[in-house]
Amino acid sequence: MAAPPTPAIELKGISKSFGPVKANKDISIRVMPGTIHGIIGENGAGKSTLMSILYGFYKADAGEIFIAGRKTRIPDSQAAIAAGIGMVFQHFKLVENFTVLENVILGAEDGRLLRPSLAKARRELQSLAAEYGLDVDPDALIEDIGVGMQQRVEILKALYRHADILILDEPTGVLTPAEADQLFRILDRLRSEGKTIILITHKLREIMDITDTVSVMRRGEMTATVTTAQSSPEELAELMVGRKVLLQIEKAPATPGKKVLEIKALRVIDADGIERLRSIDLDLHAGEVLGIAGVAGNGQTALLEVLGGIQSATGSIKMNGDALDLTGRHSGGRSRRARGIAHVPEDRQSEGLIMDFTAWENTVFGYHRDPKWARGPLMNNAAIQTEAKAKMERFDVRPPNPKLAAKNFSGGNQQKIVVAREIEQSPDVLLIGQPTRGVDIGAIEFIHNQIIALRDAGKAVLLVSVELDEIMALSDRIAVMCDGQIMGQGPAASADHIGLGCLMAGMGGADTQQMQGWHISAAAKADPAQEPAQAAGSH
Amino acid sequence: MDFLTLLQVLDSTIRLATPLLLTCLAGLFSERAGIFDIGLEGKMLAAAFFSAAMAFMTGSVWLGLLAGIAASMALSALHGLASITFRGNQLISGVAINFLASGLTVLIAQAWFHQGGRTPSLIGGARFEQITLPFALGPMDAEAAGLPLSKLIAQAGPLQQIYSEVISGQTILVYFALLCVPATSWLLYRTRFGLRLRAVGENPAAVDTAGVSVVGIRFAAVAICGVLCGLAGAYLATALQAGFVREMSAGRGYIALAALIFAKWRPWYALGATLLFGLLQAVALRFQSIDIAGIPVPVQFMDALPYILTVVILAGFVGKAIPPRAGGEPYVKER
Repeated sequence: MAAPPTPAIELKGISKSFGPVKANKDISIRVMPGTIHGIIGENGAGKSTLMSILYGFYKADAGEIFIAGRKTRIPDSQAAIAAGIGMVFQHFKLVENFTVLENVILGAEDGRLLRPSLAKARRELQSLAAEYGLDVDPDALIEDIGVGMQQRVEILKALYRHADILILDEPTGVLTPAEADQLFRILDRLRSEGKTIILITHKLREIMDITDTVSVMRRGEMTATVTTAQSSPEELAELMVGRKVLLQIEKAPATPGKKVLEIKALRVIDADGIERLRSIDLDLHAGEVLGIAGVAGNGQTALLEVLGGIQSATGSIKMNGDALDLTGRHSGGRSRRARGIAHVPEDRQSEGLIMDFTAWENTVFGYHRDPKWARGPLMNNAAIQTEAKAKMERFDVRPPNPKLAAKNFSGGNQQKIVVAREIEQSPDVLLIGQPTRGVDIGAIEFIHNQIIALRDAGKAVLLVSVELDEIMALSDRIAVMCDGQIMGQGPAASADHIGLGCLMAGMGGADTQQMQGWHISAAAKADPAQEPAQAAGSH
Repeated sequence: MDFLTLLQVLDSTIRLATPLLLTCLAGLFSERAGIFDIGLEGKMLAAAFFSAAMAFMTGSVWLGLLAGIAASMALSALHGLASITFRGNQLISGVAINFLASGLTVLIAQAWFHQGGRTPSLIGGARFEQITLPFALGPMDAEAAGLPLSKLIAQAGPLQQIYSEVISGQTILVYFALLCVPATSWLLYRTRFGLRLRAVGENPAAVDTAGVSVVGIRFAAVAICGVLCGLAGAYLATALQAGFVREMSAGRGYIALAALIFAKWRPWYALGATLLFGLLQAVALRFQSIDIAGIPVPVQFMDALPYILTVVILAGFVGKAIPPRAGGEPYVKER
């Protein structure tokens, strides 16, 4: 009887904290050689931190690393490379104005002079290309080739350094579906050549497609490791999202009124040429909260930005029958506010507030042109301050000191300042993104109640959140986004975690059919093994 | 303007371009590694003073040169410490170095030599001698012929005139500076060190993840910058002039920075750019009072000309100069 094979990598009891935040809690994992091991989890679950520890970027607070059975210390990238670990980061570490060849040899040159190193790398690249189907023009500049090619260069860099273990962090995030397919073919080839691959992703479909084993991470902990073939997307979705304690919110049933926003065939292609929104159709009614669920980075941000007037798009948005300007010009946000659309952006620190400015200044941004704050050509600072103080007291901002800089408030109180500013305008439409990200329990409850109060006043609320519980607790209707598309929408009352989880991963199937009154999009594939939908331009 | 005058202007161009070229290459090394260095001026000034002081006290220009390089490198180390180790603001650190050098040189000069912030004039071995290249007309030939050198050259053929007036008769630092251009180009584009240096100025994360020390490469670049600035400063005080006077760098560090942008951070272009600025200075020196269409142009205008043209050239004629992408940003590890 053969002894069980030695794991290519074994981590034992890895812990890592950043200040009070525990990014990794006592994580143990075994990765077998010649397999593709998936690590799945929501954003912020600690996947990248764990891999950064393995690649020597961070030092673990506790725990041990074994490579091929030998205990190994990895204090820096050099040690990781020496241990045969190669890493393809989510954001490529390439020198843009260097050639492919120069990037490949950087740090792994054979001597003081470049010419022999380059010649050798050229030969080696040819043989690697033949072996794994990784064709790249060695003399092309990185800035001239596409992201798919750039990713190949990253893989080639690792292989050129004789990596036996390849870590890929969210490798398909920037790829088109066709490029992702190519990548998976390459990974398959690498596996059959005996390389060990760790694939970090939050996309269930990728895990099901290609991995042999999958580990699920949630809130810094490794919750389970299962054989992919014996698991199901539903099980993984549940493990990933977890069953958190529901936040109870007292709310009366909604009484939706007339249609306020009508979104038709909305499409966004961002500055990098990536299609963020693919033909979105949505309606928003007065007196309802529409929750947009989805894993971060599936187009929700683009949707908020288009509605908020700061991102250009094609298609149409009508507010009470009148078309809104979709050019996304810099005055877009201002004209939206004039129309009664208030926007609480997803990232309060970079978009919602100016951190070095005082609270009272922050309470009027966007509305500072209002004549009621003017005193001749000047601003009536005294009036703004008085009003700011009153607002801060109404919204229970602590401390209620308008003269403190925004950065001196805690996350929850910063968010209350932003929410107070927007809600106090009594807008017809409130766009609110990640209202409670990094906010303490008390403030969460307060903000939630404010949102419901606005709804009850007959206003329309569009809520974007990656917290499924928040979506389920607040929304009257839910729409699920994946890959820039609406995968399904329906009443919140009949939605459940598992069905939503499947839709978030871009899959339809039996669990989603059970949700009564739900309309499941054709883009949500019933069979998880099928290729991602090629929805580009299909409207 | 006759041919010989032209040659004299060219000769002067080369002499005036030399400190600019050395400083420009110094800045090139630093900025290509991602460390902006507005303190070139201060380093040059400190090097000028300490080289002159040491040369005066020991009578040896070579010891002076070493002292100049040491002073410049000390300031470079300060800049490196502030901007690499402690990730401070590179512009502020550079400005601080300029102020420090400007004040300290005069203060120490006054304390040591009591001549109002200058060093005594350097004579003999305390200055760099002009080198007469083989087959060129030099002071020896002039002595043998019993004529002043300028007369002797005036009588020679045009090729000999070019050779003797422009190419020969420079100090060793001039030839060294010119050699630095191909050397820099070779180092930057043909060696491992150069590849890493350029990479560290473009995307330090790429270098870091490749297992190479970003800090090490950047300090090496800053050290080379210090040596070259030291050479430039020593050249000012012990070759171009005979001794240190206050603020003798006279904005050359800034002009070198302008030349660096004009040269798009490339060594051979740097030679071209600094020669152009040298020519402007030479013209200003040579033609102190000229009439344009009968109107006398004030001396001050001619003196200001190189600086005015610096602004004009940078504003209008550079085209698209893309600085190293990671320039000015301290490297902080992130995943």
